Amino acid sequence: MKFEFTPPIGKITQIKGQCISLIGNDIDTDRIIPARFLKCVNFDSLGESVFEDDRKTLKGQHPFDLEEHKNATILIVNSNFGCGSSREHAPQALMRWGIRAIIGESFADIFYGNCIAIGVPCFTLPKNSIHDLQNLSGNKSLFLEIDLNNSSAKSKELNIDLEIKESSRKMFLSGKWDATSTLLENENLIENKFNELPYLKFNSHF
Amino acid sequence: MSKDTLFDKVWDLHKVSSLPGGSDQIFIGLHLIHEVTSPQAFGALKDKNLTVKFPSRTVATVDHIVPTDNQSRPFKDNLAEQMIETLEKNCLQHKIKFFNIGSGSQGIVHVVAPELGLTQPGMTIACGDSHTSTHGAFGSIAFGIGTSQVRDVLATQTISMNKLKVRQIWCENQLSNGVYAKDLVLHIINTLGVKAGVGFAYEFAGPAINVLSMEERMTICNMSIEGGARCGYINPDEKTFSYMKNKLCSPKNEHWEKALTWWKSLKSDEDSIYDDVITIDASKIEPTVTWGITPGQSIGINQQIPLLDELSPNDKLVAEEAYEYMNFKPGQSIKDIPVEVCFIGSCTNGRISDLRVAAKVLKDKKVSKNVKAFVVPGSEKVANEAKQEGLDQIFRDSGFQWREPGCSMCLAMNSDKLVGNQISASSSNRNFKGRQGSPRGRTLLMSPAMVAAAAINGKVSDVREFIN
Ligand code: SF4
Repeated sequence: MKFEFTPPIGKITQIKGQCISLIGNDIDTDRIIPARFLKCVNFDSLGESVFEDDRKTLKGQHPFDLEEHKNATILIVNSNFGCGSSREHAPQALMRWGIRAIIGESFADIFYGNCIAIGVPCFTLPKNSIHDLQNLSGNKSLFLEIDLNNSSAKSKELNIDLEIKESSRKMFLSGKWDATSTLLENENLIENKFNELPYLKFNSHF
Repeated sequence: MSKDTLFDKVWDLHKVSSLPGGSDQIFIGLHLIHEVTSPQAFGALKDKNLTVKFPSRTVATVDHIVPTDNQSRPFKDNLAEQMIETLEKNCLQHKIKFFNIGSGSQGIVHVVAPELGLTQPGMTIACGDSHTSTHGAFGSIAFGIGTSQVRDVLATQTISMNKLKVRQIWCENQLSNGVYAKDLVLHIINTLGVKAGVGFAYEFAGPAINVLSMEERMTICNMSIEGGARCGYINPDEKTFSYMKNKLCSPKNEHWEKALTWWKSLKSDEDSIYDDVITIDASKIEPTVTWGITPGQSIGINQQIPLLDELSPNDKLVAEEAYEYMNFKPGQSIKDIPVEVCFIGSCTNGRISDLRVAAKVLKDKKVSKNVKAFVVPGSEKVANEAKQEGLDQIFRDSGFQWREPGCSMCLAMNSDKLVGNQISASSSNRNFKGRQGSPRGRTLLMSPAMVAAAAINGKVSDVREFIN
């Protein structure tokens, strides 16, 4: 468990670190952060509670509890990771625990968008490559160096091409993954849209 | 790439710009907020020195954390009280309309917005909640967003999003007696899988969809997200328009005619192009029950829990996890599995028509003495209507507890929780591990009528035996 927390900021080009793998398809956001932890008005203390119920069940044997993973930053998962609820608390909890990038077979849409919005790139790889990575990181510590410039991940023995949506990759490289300011640049266009949408003319409540 | 579908039309209408990197900036016509996913967004707004751009396009209610036994303030749960206070403060400060407890219109956000007439055809709707897909029943494009995007909508009334592909799910023939919208959508998710919808909007169409009421259509679109689709919709028709008439916020007088003309122009063209089309035969569907830990793990009431060999390689891993967690054996019948808790409510099935169907099954019957049963109306309006019709009394007489509106045991953020490894029969939408408040709790999803039948028998039952 890590207590200092600095969120990602600015351009994100490289992520280096140890891998932690979590095996299972369809791991939903209720499991990543159970609903009782959503009773909060900020995200600050979520890191400690990530996978709380799964960890309790495994009594110290959950990957997120193992001493050798305590500095891990790159999470390796299987398919449809982050399905279910839209709670941004889920990627926030992972990020506050220490995760800075996720590599998986596939991600649920909203979870993926939430990760991008908070500066945690998600990459995809075919099933077999994921299994290889999970085996490798299970047997011994696996360190990867991810480079967004060419979407690759390297270790001493490995050189892998990762897949990432081009739009997301560009956002990270330019530092514009925090969308608000980009969206605000088009203020005039937004005003125009507000004035031209047919239904806003016949709805004038509140 | 899809062309001329309702989705394409509404998307193009709301597109503000193409962003560098390939996503689109989309204007959000209606933004709904609640207490769980908005406080951090307001916090971020403050940090960035920004204000709410169009406060009139955001509407708030409170649903997830509210207690459903006693709603007097302050709530017993301090954290819950803090959350509702934060929402009250934020709405007041930013001049956002808030339907609070006691307003007559509070309730689950996806129940409230349609019944107020806020949800309308052709709109884009966003809310920090994945079941925002519900609103697609009216021919709007509605999707759940995360808290960072809630911040973006508050600050700019727009979000950045990649355009979705469109899959048409054509539902042929008709559902048979005792089989409901919930069974249809569970069946669709089972057929396609829980991740088939990733990257897609689902258009539900065909004869079996056309005959559904607006509330049943909401049940279908609501669970699009359980199939992986961020958004699900149904082309608007006369039923949609007559539902909209005379709602608090629907267009009035001369505006109504204009709205109607515009709404009628909104549907997928006959020759529109889809990225994918699949067909479902509604007449073949039985009352459907989930047996596992994802909403895709469901079977007909007369079927057996699948053997590992019967499953595709991709489904095996989760199936093994599900057998163990649920403590069910492959090959076991789902019928007659004992249940301990029965829950009717949620944004999937907590509307007045759901309560009517369940009450009809329960009339003059008693809940099994081994079962704790409770019904949580989806909104204050639903509760009031039910009381006027005497449904609350039917539920009480049968042994159900009658509660105040909220999300309640759908996600168990209030005090309604499963205990230990209790099994619930639930009309909600998610059977994930731990979803209903106990890390070992087990959830069987089914229609409200099936929950009522399970409550009476104390075990999973075929509701058709009660209604014929
Ligand atoms: S009823 Fe359940 S699914 Fe619906 S909004 Fe509430 S918690 Fe979410």
